Amino acid sequence: MNVSISDSAAPSHPPEVPLAIDDLTVAYHEKPVLWDIDLDVPEGHLVGIVGPNGAGKSTLIKACLDLIPRASGRVSVYGKPYKKQRKRVGYVPQRESVDWDFPVSALDVVAMGTYGRIGWCRPVGRKHKKEAMEALDRVGLADYAHRQISQLSGGQQQRVFLARALVQDADLYFMDEPFAAVDASTERAIVTLLRELKARKKTCLVVHHDLATVAEYFDWLILLNLRVVKAGPVDEVFTNENLKATYGGTLNVLDEAGEKLRQLKGARE
Amino acid sequence: MRRWVWVALPLLWMAASAGPVHAPSGGEGTGVSLKEVFGVEWPGWRAFGEVVMLKKHNTRVVVLSTCWLGVSAGLVGSFLLLRKRSLMSDTLSHACLPGIGLAFLLATAAGMEGKSLPLLLLGATVSGTLGVGWVMAIRNTSRIKDDAAMGIVLSVFFGLGVVMLSLAQQVGGSAAGLESFIYGKTASIVDQDYAILKWVAVSVMGVALLLQKEFTLICFDEAFARSQGWPVHALDLMLLLLVTGVTVAGLQAVGLILIIAYMIIPAASARFWTHRSRVMLVLAAVIGGISGWLGASVSALIPGLPAGALIVLVSGTVFLFSMVFGSARGVLKQSLAHRRLRRKVGRQHLLRAVYELREEGRASRRDPVVNGPVAVEALLAKRSWTRTKLMRLIRRARREDLTEKVTPERLQLSESGFGEAARHTRNHRLWELYLIRFADVAPRHVDRDADRVEHVLGSDLVRKLEEELDEVRRERPLPESPHALGDPERGGA
Repeated sequence: MNVSISDSAAPSHPPEVPLAIDDLTVAYHEKPVLWDIDLDVPEGHLVGIVGPNGAGKSTLIKACLDLIPRASGRVSVYGKPYKKQRKRVGYVPQRESVDWDFPVSALDVVAMGTYGRIGWCRPVGRKHKKEAMEALDRVGLADYAHRQISQLSGGQQQRVFLARALVQDADLYFMDEPFAAVDASTERAIVTLLRELKARKKTCLVVHHDLATVAEYFDWLILLNLRVVKAGPVDEVFTNENLKATYGGTLNVLDEAGEKLRQLKGARE
Repeated sequence: MRRWVWVALPLLWMAASAGPVHAPSGGEGTGVSLKEVFGVEWPGWRAFGEVVMLKKHNTRVVVLSTCWLGVSAGLVGSFLLLRKRSLMSDTLSHACLPGIGLAFLLATAAGMEGKSLPLLLLGATVSGTLGVGWVMAIRNTSRIKDDAAMGIVLSVFFGLGVVMLSLAQQVGGSAAGLESFIYGKTASIVDQDYAILKWVAVSVMGVALLLQKEFTLICFDEAFARSQGWPVHALDLMLLLLVTGVTVAGLQAVGLILIIAYMIIPAASARFWTHRSRVMLVLAAVIGGISGWLGASVSALIPGLPAGALIVLVSGTVFLFSMVFGSARGVLKQSLAHRRLRRKVGRQHLLRAVYELREEGRASRRDPVVNGPVAVEALLAKRSWTRTKLMRLIRRARREDLTEKVTPERLQLSESGFGEAARHTRNHRLWELYLIRFADVAPRHVDRDADRVEHVLGSDLVRKLEEELDEVRRERPLPESPHALGDPERGGA
């Protein structure tokens, strides 16, 4: 048996916690990228993961999904190890992570989200195609279903990825920079979709870059820089001191964000 | 349906024209005969027909073998190409050589017949697999990248193979012929080999088609596949197994140097004809099969020409043809599409410029915009086009009956031309409005972006725009330009 000390010492998590991370450490070539992450994400929230470049935001997602080896730590999804809960987890990788010249249509890509349900060696049936079509419709791309994916714009490609995650019909979603380099209408479509998911009690973890929109898009926040600087409801966590602790000396970003924050708070009051 | 005709016709043409162009029967009159130039005798149509139609038993075995091999190599090669591991098959085939030499040496030492084919192929499989395993080990344990790792393994194993073969030659005279694995020798294929080949091909095809969905998934998005729990490593291994099967089976016929071409060229050619992976698989298999068939046929007809090289040449021809004429990504199609787009853009620019000039020339904003003459000089000032280019656009517009009454100084649109100009200008402005309303673009910056996107606008989208901008539709049929006409830098007029 392969029970390490941290495994046995880790507390068990109730099944209503979508994501619980204990003691997670990840290292690339002995250089730590994530250090001692402890995190409990509550259900039904839109969670932003924010931090400077190289803070390990994508790494955190990939480590949760077993895509990269962990040096230590445990990740449980709804109270059980991730391996047993794959069907409840959806994943939206970074758009640049695949070759968009690949000879498949938008519908084909979305249908990949159903492969887990279809199982080995069986073809994609009519029922699954219909599900894929509905997901494409939800992201506003029904008319583009049979286009080859290289003929879509960047924003449309991102929406295809989202549709593929939707068709997985998961309860917990990991999204790696879905807002990176998309047009304004796609950004709005994604936000609408996220709110829909939240209304249906789904939990979304979203790697995000734009501090200006954090308070608008998310209601829960993880400030990350090699370790979790702070995690909690946006109102409590998204403060100047916390941002300073996360971003260190990069003052420009901070001043801008602080300005935005003041504006937002002013608008709310 | 029509798409299939596009695919099938050129293939038929290839099949028909890959045969001899001249049959110099009694070719004294033509001056130079094939024999004088190349030192080979062209056998004539009847012999060619006999070989291609598989009339003779010996050639039938050879031709069918290479054909089966081509089909399965095309299929597996497609996945390899999509997985971006094309060179893996090259490493694998080169790494087979030491296994062949070692198998011969061991068998001879054990007192068995050294050149027994199953034994040699077993050796090839083992050392080929070892070679690929070594590439993976280098990649996974060090920071050396794939291409370098493959280069290292490929050359080291090939070097080792050459040493083994020369050792084998010193041990026993019967080793002669082992080097035929390097370049391939179809003539040595007998009934038994054909049976093995056919079996390998059929099982490779079966597995490839059964796992088509899974292979496509890991080729497109490995990380997503893993997040869903698909065993990517096992699937990669399976793919590698298929590649090994085809490579080892093909060593004898095509030789280890050229087998990579067998895997990649049909797949790469097929990609020019389709944007769908399933069609690509079928096409690659067909192209591979035809190349094998024709290449081996020609080799059987002209003694001394090796089949492996001929097969590669045939598929190379198919590749060139596909690259130029391919219906999905062929160079010709792309440049034609580009030219069409350029013409359309030019024509729309001209029409819109004329329309806007007529619009600006009205006495009052309440007046309707009517057709009438505009000055060429005014048109020139409207856009950054040269006089030559403008004149070319005007000439083309006249050929398309968009204009009437053209003089070097003035031109007037025809009724249909003016109608199109009004329609197009309306589209353009709807799009501008859409960008302003929905995409947070400052009005001043809209014009240039709209210029590019409007040519992609179809009538469907325009209808949608109209729905979204219904207040615009209610106002009047043609909305005013949202930014001041004329020089955008000058701002509001």
